[in-house]
Amino acid sequence: MIDYDSVLSDKVKTLAPSGIRRFFDLLEEMDDAISLGIGEPDFVTPWHIRDAGIRSLERGFTKYTGNAGLSRLRAAISEYLTRRFGLRYDPQTRILVTVGGSEAIDLAIRSLVNPGDEVIIPVPSFVCYGPITLLAGGAPVYVETKAENEFRLTPDELRAAITEKTKLLVLPYPNNPTGGIMERGDLDAIAEILRGTDILILSDEIYAELTYGGRHISIASLPGMYERTIVVNGFSKCYAMTGWRMGYVCAPPELAAQMLKIHQYAIMCAPTTSQYAAIEALTYGDDDIEHMRREYDSRRRILLDGLRKIGIDCFEPRGAFYMFPRVGDFGLSSDEFCERFLREERVAIIPGSAFGRGGDGFARMCYASSAGNIEEAVSRLGRFIGRLPRKNIR
Amino acid sequence: MNEILKLLERDCRLTPRAIADITGRDEDSASAEIARLERERVIVKYSALIDWDKTGAGGVTALIEVKISPQRGDGYERIAERIYQYDEVDSLYLMSGAFDLAVLVSAPTMRHVSEFVFAHLAAIDGVTATATHFIMKKYKEKGCILDERPEQEERGLFV
Repeated sequence: MIDYDSVLSDKVKTLAPSGIRRFFDLLEEMDDAISLGIGEPDFVTPWHIRDAGIRSLERGFTKYTGNAGLSRLRAAISEYLTRRFGLRYDPQTRILVTVGGSEAIDLAIRSLVNPGDEVIIPVPSFVCYGPITLLAGGAPVYVETKAENEFRLTPDELRAAITEKTKLLVLPYPNNPTGGIMERGDLDAIAEILRGTDILILSDEIYAELTYGGRHISIASLPGMYERTIVVNGFSKCYAMTGWRMGYVCAPPELAAQMLKIHQYAIMCAPTTSQYAAIEALTYGDDDIEHMRREYDSRRRILLDGLRKIGIDCFEPRGAFYMFPRVGDFGLSSDEFCERFLREERVAIIPGSAFGRGGDGFARMCYASSAGNIEEAVSRLGRFIGRLPRKNIR
Repeated sequence: MNEILKLLERDCRLTPRAIADITGRDEDSASAEIARLERERVIVKYSALIDWDKTGAGGVTALIEVKISPQRGDGYERIAERIYQYDEVDSLYLMSGAFDLAVLVSAPTMRHVSEFVFAHLAAIDGVTATATHFIMKKYKEKGCILDERPEQEERGLFV
């Protein structure tokens, strides 16, 4: 009998499993629950994009592609980034097609981090940066962003986190779970601190197309930042293509070449069918993005107005499709709040504590759901908090 | 105005408050605008799109092509009026092309439709020919695919 505990990698054993698995198990048992929990578009991939995938299969394009991805796709990514965000990346040497944004994050961190290196991670944020850093032998340094700053990373917070060992700053904006964004002035202040250091930036821009009231600005477009920035983006959120697993990473050639090595040994290449669909998305999908963005914006306004009407405090999020209201005024942890809300009112929202320190006291509501669902969820939330004692009125 | 109409056309149960949120105006002005559109019959009515076939009570629907010889003075209007008075007639359109009027009729059975055509429609002065096409299956109506779309079997629940 093998004692598995003794054979497993120590690093893997120390990784904490997702804390909200229990929560989703509960949700799955309820047929009639409204879910504002899952961070996924509620649209199906637009038909012309699906059709491009189908056509590639009909033609028999079922073999591996080159490691870095189809040349035509990389060229389309390059053209898209210039058109939409003013970024210039040479498709041959600076762009690598990955299996979702997730692989791109993994490649970036693994290709940079040596044992002991510190990676600065603003939290609350998506859950993968810390574990990947740990697997690479690095040390995550979590920086708690604040609700009063709309969860932006401030220059003071960054300065306080930097040490001799800082290798990388993760910049996860537009942000999951807060919906916070970094505007030009915010980015300038961050850039000012990093200029003249050897600290690199992993800019996770997977929600770049989903901003409301202004275009997303990539820190890579700021003076002196291009050479130190790794841009991660993908197709999941803006084209509703989560299941296709398509992302990409853009970086200086010296870094891209190293990331390509990890990618070629661990992954080989991104799925061929998905790559053909992605070319279609980039070439003819701008209108789809705009259509979905407007839909999300409508729902965002409905949710924000609804929350304020029932007396829940929330800043106006201007990115992604999440709202991060304060639920800490009712004498419950955000975990308890969300679990009771699910059990008693059958609405799933995610406790902010799942996204790292600073998330407790908040909950994430994903508004990639129908207006009817959102209105019903808000009305149930109003009923639910009506039954709770309000602890500290702010 | 157009934005409100587009929103209501897609979901007429959107509340004035939701419409106000989406269009960035206040609730009173959204309500007033909707009332005006109703008054002017730009918004003609609010109704549900029902797939009767699923209830087992679905009748039959037919598209009837009608050729007519226009009446002096009244053109097509008088004949059209006489046709649309019938409750069986869901829709009536003046067409370009090989025939003049398209009449969409729904009734409990094919026999009812036949009787409507022979006893009423064909008997109208000025109707010179009819061709009745029964609708065998409705795939899509008013922008909605009627068949249940398959749900993906398993979905990852990620944050």
